[in-house]
Amino acid sequence: MSTAPQTLLDKIWNAHQVAAETAATPAILYIDLHLVHEVTSPQAFAELRIRGLKVRRPDRIVATMDHSTPTLPPDANGKRPYLDKATEAQVAKLEANTKEFGVELYGWNSSNRGIVHVMGPELGATQPGMTIVCGDSHTSTHGAFGALAFGIGTTEVGHVLATQCLLQRKPKSLSITVNGKLTKSVTAKDLILHIIGRIGMNGGTGHVIEYRGSAIEALTMEERMTVCNMSIEAGAKAGLIAADATTFEFLRGRERVPKGLDWDNAVKLWSGFKSDPGAVFDREVVIDAATIKPSVTYGTNPGMVIALDAAVPAAKDALEQRALDYMQLEAGHQLAGTKVDIVFVGSCTNGRLSDLRATASVLRGRKVADGVRMLVVPGSEQVKREAEKEGLHEIFRAAGAEWREPGCSMCLGMNGDIGKPGQLVVSTSNRNFEGRQGPGVRTVLASPLVAAASALAGVVADPSQYISEAA
Amino acid sequence: MNPLTHIQSRTAVLPFENIDTDRIIPARFLTTTERTGLGKSLFNDWRYRADGSEDPEFALNKPEARGCEILVAGRNFGCGSSREHAPWALTDYGIHAVFSSEIADIFRGNALKNGLLAVVLDEADHRYLLDHPGIELKIDIAAQTIELPDGRKIEFPLEPFAKHCLLMGVDQLGFLLQHEAQIAAFEQARAA
Ligand code: SF4
Repeated sequence: MSTAPQTLLDKIWNAHQVAAETAATPAILYIDLHLVHEVTSPQAFAELRIRGLKVRRPDRIVATMDHSTPTLPPDANGKRPYLDKATEAQVAKLEANTKEFGVELYGWNSSNRGIVHVMGPELGATQPGMTIVCGDSHTSTHGAFGALAFGIGTTEVGHVLATQCLLQRKPKSLSITVNGKLTKSVTAKDLILHIIGRIGMNGGTGHVIEYRGSAIEALTMEERMTVCNMSIEAGAKAGLIAADATTFEFLRGRERVPKGLDWDNAVKLWSGFKSDPGAVFDREVVIDAATIKPSVTYGTNPGMVIALDAAVPAAKDALEQRALDYMQLEAGHQLAGTKVDIVFVGSCTNGRLSDLRATASVLRGRKVADGVRMLVVPGSEQVKREAEKEGLHEIFRAAGAEWREPGCSMCLGMNGDIGKPGQLVVSTSNRNFEGRQGPGVRTVLASPLVAAASALAGVVADPSQYISEAA
Repeated sequence: MNPLTHIQSRTAVLPFENIDTDRIIPARFLTTTERTGLGKSLFNDWRYRADGSEDPEFALNKPEARGCEILVAGRNFGCGSSREHAPWALTDYGIHAVFSSEIADIFRGNALKNGLLAVVLDEADHRYLLDHPGIELKIDIAAQTIELPDGRKIEFPLEPFAKHCLLMGVDQLGFLLQHEAQIAAFEQARAA
């Protein structure tokens, strides 16, 4: 056996090869956990039906609806306010498909329903050393647990349903080491925005990023999920953070994790899933945490990032100019101070309990500015319950924000939660593409702290003024 | 899937970089539970004006671009979401090949599984195609070449297995299903 030091990616990859790759054929990679939702699965189930195939391992699937679901509660008759017939039919299709194929669905009546990438970790379904896929690019979120987790298309969803395997060529590895300490009011969101701004929105194409270094080790699991979530925004196939004591503590006692002696064995196994000292990566980047400031996007892709106190840079080409025109911003001027119409706190990037706590810490005892609409959308039923137990929803409501039902909501606006043309949204989600939050809508990606501060100020604002008072 | 061996068509050029999947097919069209019918919404927010009429300035709406099967796009095409609706919309519209100097991983994988040749060209060849919209190309997938109107040939890389599947019109699920015994053995070994 070779004793060459291996990366975490190497180890997970090798442990899941049903057949190794050859020049002519990709590897057959075994998939431990498959997350399924309503938007990217109907055509896959249809393919199985046409071919007369069964779902091979229903026990390895977590299915739920999140993308096109309404975030307002049902009416007195229990009728849910779907945007239209098509979204309603899509959810009904998932209910019918999971029933027909014997797959457990975390449906409307489940107390665990939520955005798939929030739910998986909550259930303890996401575990170190696993391979995890979903017909959704933000599957990279689960890499926070030291699992190789990546988004796939619908055809591949069908492959995994039928065979529990995928045909894959091994991606390259990119190590991003963040040393030192993040300064006050700099969050995990600012860290990942900074990284994407630094390596560019295609800086990770063809690679799996492993985040390492003291600043990463110091992050909580929720923060690690925020970082790994946006790996895809740098074009990477996945993000990885090796499991450690923080990971194990998070998982302990959750519904789907092993118990008793099995737990001890699992931790022993999981502890081996880390890059060996001296492991060689295809590329390496090193970042000093102390240099990172609260950051926001100013353009129409997640690579167009600036520090909140910086001026909008001059466009390098016609494309960037087009982005500035779309955003109605001028080079040389600050983005901070720009009028805000909507603030959205939620999504699989920043819709967890800690994000809602951060938002509440800024909003507590204050009012959202006149003319600003603020939506707070918990990432899951569990997040909603815990937030309400702490009374966070009352803080939001007292401030004038809307407290919604769990779902993807304004992250992609499929359910009708969108802005009007020209409106500016400060959003804790992950994509600021033209039209992502409604045709003509301008999106500024930010941390929950910046989002909350901007809601209060009515303009894009630095949270530190509010945080120092609260502290 | 039908075999794809040759493509001969004029090109349409969208020179912008980072054309994301929300551009290719906006999220509000993802409510379909079918694979077909998405072509009319391809590039929707570029193609149509607010009143629903076609924007005559958009490249695909120009008379010379009608019926073209080859799209040349700026660097980093297909970034963003994993929605397979993006290649479905392109093929439903009639596009069979996309060339760029960089194509996002998930999009490229999805495209090749749907009979859409999505391949990366080197910078110089890509630049040439961007600078010469509307030229007629002859693509030979087996030879991995693009023939320009002047007879010059450009080569392109193509993953051997994806190539095999395109040429034969076979899909990958069949291949995986043939490995049933190996998959079962893998599961058993791990359970032990
Ligand atoms: S919250 Fe946004 S990014 Fe996350 S799964 Fe939903 S739509 Fe995708």
